[in-house]
Amino acid sequence: MKPSSSSNAGSRKGLVGRLADFFDDRTGYRAVMHEALYERVPGGARWRYVWGSTLVFAFMTQVITGLFLWASYSASAQTAWESVYYIQHEMAGGWLLRGIHHFMAQAMVVLLALHLLQVVIDGAYKAPREVNFWLGLILMMLVLGMALTGYLLPWDQKGYWATIVATNLAGIVPVVGPSLQQLVIGGTEYGHHTLTRFFALHAGFLPGALILMLVVHLALFRKHGLHAKQPITKPDAMFWPDQVLKDAVAMLAVMAVVLGVILVPALRAMLAGEPVHTGHLGAELGAPADPSLPYAAARPEWYFLFLFQFLKVFEGWGATGEFLGAIVVPGLIMGVMFLMPILGNWKLGHRFNVAFTLGIIAGAGLLTALALNEDYYALWVDKASLADAQKLYDETGGDAAKLAAALGGDHAKIAAMEKQWEKLEKIRHSQAFLDASKQAKLDAARAIELAGRPEKIPPAGMLELVRADAKSQGPRLFAQHCASCHAHVDPQAPDAAAILAKSSAANLFEFGRASWMRGLLDPAQVAGPAYFGNTAHTDGDMVSFVQGDLADPDQWKKDDIEAVIVAMAAEAGLADPGVKPAVLERGRDLVTDGERCGGCHKLGDNGTDLGSAPDLTGWGSREWLVGIITDPTHARFYGDSNDRMPSFGKAAEGAAPMLTPQQIGLLADWLREDWYRP
Amino acid sequence: MAGNVPDAGNPGRRNFLAEVLAIACGGLATIAPIGAGVWAFLDPLRRKGGAASFLPVTELSAVPDDGVPRQFAVIAERADAWTGFAAEPIGAVYLRRAKGSDAVEALSATCPHAGCFVEIETAGKCFRCPCHNSEFTLDGGIVNPSPSPRPMDALECRVAKNGSVEVKWEKFRAGVAQKVVQ
Repeated sequence: MKPSSSSNAGSRKGLVGRLADFFDDRTGYRAVMHEALYERVPGGARWRYVWGSTLVFAFMTQVITGLFLWASYSASAQTAWESVYYIQHEMAGGWLLRGIHHFMAQAMVVLLALHLLQVVIDGAYKAPREVNFWLGLILMMLVLGMALTGYLLPWDQKGYWATIVATNLAGIVPVVGPSLQQLVIGGTEYGHHTLTRFFALHAGFLPGALILMLVVHLALFRKHGLHAKQPITKPDAMFWPDQVLKDAVAMLAVMAVVLGVILVPALRAMLAGEPVHTGHLGAELGAPADPSLPYAAARPEWYFLFLFQFLKVFEGWGATGEFLGAIVVPGLIMGVMFLMPILGNWKLGHRFNVAFTLGIIAGAGLLTALALNEDYYALWVDKASLADAQKLYDETGGDAAKLAAALGGDHAKIAAMEKQWEKLEKIRHSQAFLDASKQAKLDAARAIELAGRPEKIPPAGMLELVRADAKSQGPRLFAQHCASCHAHVDPQAPDAAAILAKSSAANLFEFGRASWMRGLLDPAQVAGPAYFGNTAHTDGDMVSFVQGDLADPDQWKKDDIEAVIVAMAAEAGLADPGVKPAVLERGRDLVTDGERCGGCHKLGDNGTDLGSAPDLTGWGSREWLVGIITDPTHARFYGDSNDRMPSFGKAAEGAAPMLTPQQIGLLADWLREDWYRP
Repeated sequence: MAGNVPDAGNPGRRNFLAEVLAIACGGLATIAPIGAGVWAFLDPLRRKGGAASFLPVTELSAVPDDGVPRQFAVIAERADAWTGFAAEPIGAVYLRRAKGSDAVEALSATCPHAGCFVEIETAGKCFRCPCHNSEFTLDGGIVNPSPSPRPMDALECRVAKNGSVEVKWEKFRAGVAQKVVQ
């Protein structure tokens, strides 16, 4: 059909037909469309030919969703996480857009593997299609490159630490490695320019190159025609509409899977009658990247997990092992794949190619399974059967000599026990990963909660807000600086007794509240492990006062003690709002009274001097807590009778104190449970 | 006009010159944007990590003399391209001190294998990297078999007269057997 011939019949056509003729005369588009659609498919349309088309579709999906994401994304260390948070949690439909982009990327990797497998099994890489096969391999690497660079862009803990590993591996390439690493991360430190470069690679250089290669890939595919799977049993058909229909159905199926992954959790929640938070659908967003905060749950995206696990294969090989695992072996595998079209000229060569490709995919699958097993081992192993081994391990401290002695030198038993200990070690490692993953989820949820404050994110970025958050920072600071002596455990918790027994200073759970003070003033508890029991004050004046005077109903009525408790909580600003003013006043009078608490403790200006016992003015308030953590040896607190507690905020001229004023403030806020609540 | 085109099989000298000039002009015109781009793109190669300096990390009394390493944040001012940060945590070190000794040993918390954050096992018996399971003894030595090519990186550490523990903050290349400053 000649395109220009149709113009003769123009007078009998409608407006649309005439307009189409007008453009065809000037562009010849009909011929192009015909060329594109009426490709002969030998043997008719088949499902096995859809993989290439689904890949093009997946890529187009990424371009479309990527461009729209780009319209809301801001690549810098102070805005990347923040803008992705905004897309995911604040923008209408942002969660869906990001979810499609995130999961289609994963679908693309699967489709790549299937397309490659189909091409190799069908022998479609053989002459004259060698160049097209090579182009396909380059396209595959470009897609994986986009996956790798995209992982960093949200600038969350996960992407940040995974990128550190990936770029450090680039650094071990001989000669050019260090320069390459420096170029990719945009300097010597990870920051703004790491993001701008990764973003330019992800959204510019790599897709640009990919589109160029894809055009040639498709042109060559057309030049050589479709490689039909033999034997051909059915008559030939045209690409349009037979094969296009199958392709379109496959594309729809791919999109349905991607949408399913995003929407199934919402469906589940709806069926369970729970509210659906769209921000939690689709792609995850971790806590913002923090170079000073360990991230033990660091793992690459699942399709790179086999490479991650492969590095562990070379344990004990030193630098050679890493070079082999990260550079040489993957390089050799790619090398063999590039040689496939040449090897395929021989019958045996083709069989080798098929076996090699299946072997690589099986190997990657196996490594992925191993990696997952290592991480999640603690979830499915039968821990009950290892109880005896655990007991023996605790008793011997894991010492081989002690184990031998405990088992009477029985070699068979020792070997069996050592096997069980190995299992225990695997459980410990797995549990550490699971705990870290759980912590990462908590941190992420908290960061998202904070970002959603009405005040929004400060200009310095989310990390500043997270670092100033008592709820998430408090437990870390406490664990690092306080927990070697103090416990922080709800006395009602099942493991409270064991934790308290190990502590050597007061339990600070609910410090400043009436519940804490009630325990202190309880004769049965004051010398227990939750208060002064494990300290130098266990024989002190306070203990003898509580166990003597307070225990004597003639001296102290129950109501009076309760009034003191309430008054103290009021000093901390943590009294129950329903407390009667009269009770408060009564309690305050008792504490001030020189014949009662005021005999040792100062409260306001009750005339008691500092130095005999801690000043109770503002006891348990933020200011009071900051003061005692900064310097418990100050006359206002324990003075000379301070028992072991370091002065965390005091340092010699020019030296760094153990804790900065900000950190001490965070500890005080955390102890008082004074933090942002939505 | 068609008659002026030289026979394709017998290109004239003038035609050869035109070809050379066409390629040269086009090439030169394209070199400018590519050259400017590559020039700017290579800028990070000029940037060297700041000269290592001793940073006060903590006080001697904060490092218990029980031989067990403790983690401390390294706090310093830093610049990230156009942004200058006031003092903030930029990394972490492990410090430890033998019984009765005033000498402090410092180890970088960065894993020499691939740069993850090495953690101390809960039992406090060894270091372990959560990424690829490299294990190290409490003095930073390799526990074999390990994916790590070298022991944990010791950092120079000194105790000032006022009791301040100062660590020379340096980063080293990951994945190589030698300790090379990055």
